[in-house]
Amino acid sequence: MVFDHFLLSRLQFAFTVAFHIIFPAFTIGLGSYLAVLEGLWLTTRRTVFKNLYFFWIKIFALAFGMGVVSGVVMSYQFGTNWSVFAVKTGSVLGPLLGYEVLTAFFLEASFLGVMLFGWNRVGPALHFTATFAVAFGTLISASWILAANSWMQTPAGFAIENGRFIAVDWIKVIFTPSFPTRLAHMVTAAYLTTALTVLGAAGLQQVRNKATPETKVMMRMAIGLIALLAPLQLVIGHESGKVAHEYQPAKVAAMEGWWESGRQPTILLGWPDDRSESTKVLLQTPVGFGSWVVAGDASTPLKGLKAWPKADRPPSLIPFWAFRIMVGLGLAMIGVGFYGAFLWVRRKLDAARVYPWLTLATAPAGFLAVVCGWMATEVGRQPFVVYGWLRTRDAISPVADGAVATSLVGVLVVYSLVFSAGALYIGRLLFAGPSSSEQARDAVAAPGNALQLAAAAEEIAP
Amino acid sequence: MSLDLPLIWAAILAVAVLLYVLLDGFDLGIGVLFPFATPEERDVMTAAIAPVWDANETWLVLGGGGLFAAFPLAYAVIMPACYAPIMLMLGALIFRGVAFEFRAHGRNRGKRWWTFAFSAGSLIAVLAQGFVLGAFVQGIHVKNQAFAGGPLDWLTPFTCLTAVSLTLGYALLGSAWMVAKSEGDLQIKARGWAVRLSLAVVVCMALVSLATLVVNPAVGARWGVGLTGINWYRLVSLSPAPLVGGGALFGAFLTARSGRSDSLPYLLAALAFMAGYAGLAISIAPFVVPYQLTLWQCAAKDNALALMLVGVAIMLPVILSYTAFVYWIFRGKAKPDHAYG
Ligand code: HDD
Ligand code: HEM
Ligand code: HEM
Repeated sequence: MVFDHFLLSRLQFAFTVAFHIIFPAFTIGLGSYLAVLEGLWLTTRRTVFKNLYFFWIKIFALAFGMGVVSGVVMSYQFGTNWSVFAVKTGSVLGPLLGYEVLTAFFLEASFLGVMLFGWNRVGPALHFTATFAVAFGTLISASWILAANSWMQTPAGFAIENGRFIAVDWIKVIFTPSFPTRLAHMVTAAYLTTALTVLGAAGLQQVRNKATPETKVMMRMAIGLIALLAPLQLVIGHESGKVAHEYQPAKVAAMEGWWESGRQPTILLGWPDDRSESTKVLLQTPVGFGSWVVAGDASTPLKGLKAWPKADRPPSLIPFWAFRIMVGLGLAMIGVGFYGAFLWVRRKLDAARVYPWLTLATAPAGFLAVVCGWMATEVGRQPFVVYGWLRTRDAISPVADGAVATSLVGVLVVYSLVFSAGALYIGRLLFAGPSSSEQARDAVAAPGNALQLAAAAEEIAP
Repeated sequence: MSLDLPLIWAAILAVAVLLYVLLDGFDLGIGVLFPFATPEERDVMTAAIAPVWDANETWLVLGGGGLFAAFPLAYAVIMPACYAPIMLMLGALIFRGVAFEFRAHGRNRGKRWWTFAFSAGSLIAVLAQGFVLGAFVQGIHVKNQAFAGGPLDWLTPFTCLTAVSLTLGYALLGSAWMVAKSEGDLQIKARGWAVRLSLAVVVCMALVSLATLVVNPAVGARWGVGLTGINWYRLVSLSPAPLVGGGALFGAFLTARSGRSDSLPYLLAALAFMAGYAGLAISIAPFVVPYQLTLWQCAAKDNALALMLVGVAIMLPVILSYTAFVYWIFRGKAKPDHAYG
């Protein structure tokens, strides 16, 4: 392994994008949750919903801010570190990203201001519109960026002219074979991630014996969503797998740890090794089960990694383990959802002792599953950036090794600082929990609020 | 008749970048002015920009994303050439961006640190943008349609000058914005900043203009100024740009000092920026990488430009109207109480 600007750029890209996706994974779900809460408050006028809105909007503001700043970094890295990629794909991917800015980013960013600072300035209908616009904007944004990524995974509707990609059919460029399943899988993942966090936040107060009407509502809303979406995610994920198998069989072979071609088992635990071209198996199903899962027929022979020349194979270890962690967490989510629903139906939820601890343990599961899912998808696409057409190695910018090494160190330092502070502030809010009464809410006022600013100013004054 | 799509796109991007400079310019400028304000004044200053900074910064994303989409080759040459300042800018923007929220959550030391981060982040981001501007104007080393220079090409006396000038320029926009958005002592202070900064910016603009003629002889020739003599006809016919710029800055100086208008200083400072921008356009059009690659050489395929043009034709008016609407909602003097709850 040589630490040249190529490897360093890959590390930098992987780190910054994995950092970025943590926030969309949360804000996409939380945006919709806030829209639902505000809608419920406006229609039922139950203060629980308003209190919950004010609680989660503070956390949303923090997470959204981190999502925005880490996203701006992403949009410039295509040029700084992957300039050849930019030249070659600009005529195809450019419009998709351009439309993302025009239809989503401006919408989110403009109405975010109204959402966060407009409560006393605009009427309830307009404020709700702003919340809705922000939530909707995150979904539009996800659609465009995933269209771009899906084109890189399963390119379609293009031709090559003077060594560059050009579009011949825009509908095919946008709706590539892997786009529908990827969008469904990612949006569901974002909703699950948020629901698990909300559930954990409610569980935290129950563990501390501080459950309130608000936290009880939180817990029930989250359980309902998880019980519904977690099983659905299994189905969507399975469909994703089928698409991947059709268009990127080498990726599936890597995720499954298959080397030889033939009827395949499903390896449950093991250790794939690129050098010896084999997987050390600890636990696996009978041969044929893997073929049945992926191809729907136990007797179908499927290709193993050795069917491809070495230069065209993805590395196997990361896709293999990232995929297993994601699926394992997905199964755990189904368990948490069903167990919670069971307690709820039996009216034992509020008295449960073990369950709230369980929700604490699974609160970060969504984030982990999302990052692992992307690791499996993106590393499994290697050695290509545009699958089958443009190798990652040929997409790199002509920049100096030292420049990238410096920026990578800078990125690591800046991101860890910002992340620690953000996590601390979000953690404090989560620990304090939603307030129940109007006065209490004012005391822990929203960011930028006069009361809070006054209090903070006093603290600083000597 | 077929449209000259690359030319239209050059115009669209020029407008996007101009809007970026005029809008994010004032909120970055306010960050630059932070050290000169008291803690209470700082809270008013952030309140004056907190609802809009994110939308302002989105013009930067449109600028970068638009360059990628419309002129991929220019994007691929300029970004690696300005690798260090761009990375620096992005890092600095992270700090100042999160500081809006973090400042309100930090307790004693936390709040002080994020106040510092907001200010330093703003300053570094502006300086970095000034370096990018300078590197762009002085010329980029291009071979085989790719960047072929060294990692420190962007750092020269000329780019240092543009960095300092842009910083003072943004600070002027920031102080003029505060004249419009504040009252009482803070407004008096802001007027003082605006008075001094408008003078400083006149000097800077003159210095940068002269230096540009020297650093890049091709630009000099554009303006009719060369070693062999001066083409007066050319120079005079192009002189409205610098004259309007200088006049507008003088106007900003006068209106800030007289205290009769709250909004004119910002509008005049913005006019000065537009004039400087026009001067830049005169110096480099039709190149996107000055004197190396023209906009037609760098343009994306026509069908991509056309598709995006449809998007812009529909979305830009929509975006501009809701942007105006949001500014209208938050019109009037800023108080540190624009909050929900
Ligand atoms: C599935 C969703 C998703 C994915 C895969 C990505 N993003 Fe993202 N991005 C979002 C979903 C999102 C989001 C939900 O729209 C934002 C808004 C705030 C946030 O937390 O995430 C966001 C913010 C955001 C911003 C700031 C927008 C603003 O100024 O308001 C930029 C420039 C990007 N992203 C760019 C990228 C790039 C270049 C990516 C790929 C390499 C990327 N994002 C992956
Ligand atoms: C947001 C979730 C995403 C994650 C976590 C992610 C993760 C990764 C990782 C780990 C790599 C490195 C693979 C390797 O080099 O072995 C990579 C590569 C890449 N990804 Fe993604 N990705 C995401 C989304 C996207 C999207 C939406 C796009 C494009 C629109 C994209 C474009 C790229 C490009 C251009 C590369 C090549 C550079 C490289 O190999 O490092 N990614 N990604
Ligand atoms: C429960 C069983 C699950 C299965 C069978 C499954 C299957 C898959 C497959 C096959 C891919 C690769 C798709 C491709 O490369 O084209 C993938 C990607 C991904 N998974 Fe899962 N998944 C499951 C659960 C989850 C869960 C619970 C989450 C998060 C909460 C998640 C998040 C993701 C993400 C973010 C990606 C990358 C984006 C994409 O390619 O769709 N997955 N998943």
